[in-house]
Amino acid sequence: MVRSTSRPFASWLHAHAKVRLVALLSAPMLWLVVAYLGSLAVLLVSSLWTVNSFTGEVIRTPTMVNFRTILTDDVYRTVALRTVAVAASVTVIDALIAFPMALFMAKVASRSARHWLVIAVLTPLWASYLVKAYAWRVMLANGGPVDWFLGGPGRGPGYGLTATVIVLSYLWLPYMILPIFTGLDRLPDSLLEASADLGARSWRTIRSVVLPTVVPSVIAGSIFTFSLSLGDYIAVQIVGGKYQLIGNLVYINFGTAGNLPFAAALATIPVLIMVGYLLAVRRSRALEQL
Amino acid sequence: MSLSRPAKWVLRIATILGLSVIYVPLGIVLLNSFNSDRTFAWPPTGLTMQWWHSAWENDGARRALWTSVQVGLGATAVALVLGTMVAFAVGRFRFFGRNAVSLLVVLPIALPGIVTGIALQSAYHSVVQPLGIQKGLFWVIVGHATFCVVVVYNNMLARLRRLGGSFEEASADLGAGPVQTFRYITLPLVRSALFAGGLLAFALSFDEIIVTTFTAGPGIQTLPLWIFTNLARPNQAPVINVVAAVLIVVSVIPISVAQRLSADSGGGRL
Repeated sequence: MVRSTSRPFASWLHAHAKVRLVALLSAPMLWLVVAYLGSLAVLLVSSLWTVNSFTGEVIRTPTMVNFRTILTDDVYRTVALRTVAVAASVTVIDALIAFPMALFMAKVASRSARHWLVIAVLTPLWASYLVKAYAWRVMLANGGPVDWFLGGPGRGPGYGLTATVIVLSYLWLPYMILPIFTGLDRLPDSLLEASADLGARSWRTIRSVVLPTVVPSVIAGSIFTFSLSLGDYIAVQIVGGKYQLIGNLVYINFGTAGNLPFAAALATIPVLIMVGYLLAVRRSRALEQL
Repeated sequence: MSLSRPAKWVLRIATILGLSVIYVPLGIVLLNSFNSDRTFAWPPTGLTMQWWHSAWENDGARRALWTSVQVGLGATAVALVLGTMVAFAVGRFRFFGRNAVSLLVVLPIALPGIVTGIALQSAYHSVVQPLGIQKGLFWVIVGHATFCVVVVYNNMLARLRRLGGSFEEASADLGAGPVQTFRYITLPLVRSALFAGGLLAFALSFDEIIVTTFTAGPGIQTLPLWIFTNLARPNQAPVINVVAAVLIVVSVIPISVAQRLSADSGGGRL
C-alpha cells in the first residue's frame, strides 16, 4: 500500500472498477455502435428512399415502394426462395459431412493425430475464399478433373445451381466442423463408456448420447453456413452459370444499376432472415459457442 | 473409447474422404500452376515454370499485393486494440448488457458480408462523403476491422477465461498498479493469444472480397479484387493460377503458427 499511495492515479483506478470497465468498453463500443450499427441503421433508412430514374439522384423521401416491388414482383420472390433453399441445402450437407469428421477427430483419433487434424481442417478455412471458389471452377470445367473422374466431358454437374451448392458447402465446411469438434471435445468419455456399460451399441450411443449434446454446436455452425450462403454472390458468379441469388441482385443494383436504395431494400431480406434465425436459436445456448 | 471397431472404421473412412475432398481442389490449383497447357487440359500433358515467371513480372498483381498488405496491417492493428479491450471487459467484469456486448462483437461475421458491405457503402454515401472525406484505403480498413475484431476477441477471451484472475489479484495485493500489472503480469500471459488473433485477423482481411468490393474507392485493388477482375480474361488464367497457388502456400504458414500458439483455446476458435 505504501507504493500505491505514492501513485494516486493508479490506486484510484484500482479502487474504481467501473471506471476501468468504461475505459475498456468506450472505444470498441464507439466503433461497433457508431460505425457498424450506425451503418446498418443508415442501410435500413435508405431502403425507404428512391432514385430518380432520369437524373440518378437519390430522393430522400421515405416510401414503401421498394418493398412493394420486392413483395409483388415474382422475380424477387423466386430468387429469395432459391437463396434460402441453397443456404438450407448447404447447411444440411455441411452438418452431415462435419459430424462424422468431428466425431473422429474428438473421440477416435489419438492426441497427436488430433492436433494435426485440427490444423488440416483449419488451414483451408483461412486459405483464400476466392482461390477455393476458383479451384472448383477449374475442377468443374467442361472436360476438367471432375468430368475426367466421372468418365468423360459432360459427365459432371458442370456450372449451375448444383455446382453452387457444392462450392458453398466446400467453402463453409470448416465453420461447421470446428464448433461440432469443440462441442464433442467437451463431452466426457465417461458418458460414452457409461452408455456402453448399460448395453448400448455404437449406433445407439451416437444417437442417444452424442447427437443430443452436439445440437447447440450444430446450430452454432449453421449460423455461419446459413448466413454466409445467404449473402454470397461471388461463388455463384464463378460456378453458378446463369443462376442468381439475392447477393447478385444486391450487387447489380449497387453497381451497374446504381440504385443504392433498392439494393439496400434487397439487403434487408438476409438481415431479416438472419435476425429471425438468431432469435429462434437464442434459447439453445448456441450463441455462446460462436 | 467405447465405439465398436466397425464404427471407428466408418468414421475414419469418412474423415479421410472429407479431407481429400477438402484438399484435392487446392492440390489441382497447385499442379495447374505448372501445367504447360494454357487452357489447363486435364490430365496435364507437360510441366513448365513459365507461368510462375510471368506472374512474378506482373505489375498489377504486385501492386494489388501491396495494397492487400497495407489494408491487412491497418485492419489488424485496429482489431488488436479494440478486440483486446472488449475481451478484457467481457472476461474480467460482470456488468449489465454483457451478453449484448458479446453479441454485438460477433454480429459482423454472423450477418452476411454483403450486408456489412452495403451498409458501409450506404453510410459512406449519406454521412461520410458529405463531410468531404475521400474513400481511399481508409474506408476499406474500417470495413475490414469491423469483422476482424471478433477474431482477436475470441482468442483473447478464451485465454483470459483459462487464466482466471488470480495472477492479477496477487499482483495487486503485492502493490502493483493496474498499468504495472498489465505490463508485467497480464501481457506476458496473453501475448501468444494476441499474436494468434492478430495473424488470423490479418489472414481474414487478406482474403476478404465482398466487403472490399463495396468499400473500395476507385483505383483501389486488393489481391482478391485483382484475381476476381482477371477471372473474366482467359489469357490471364495461368497467372491467376500461380497467384492462387502462392496464396494457398502462404496462408498455410500463419495458420499453423497461430494454431500452435492458441492450442490451449479449445482446439482453435474462429
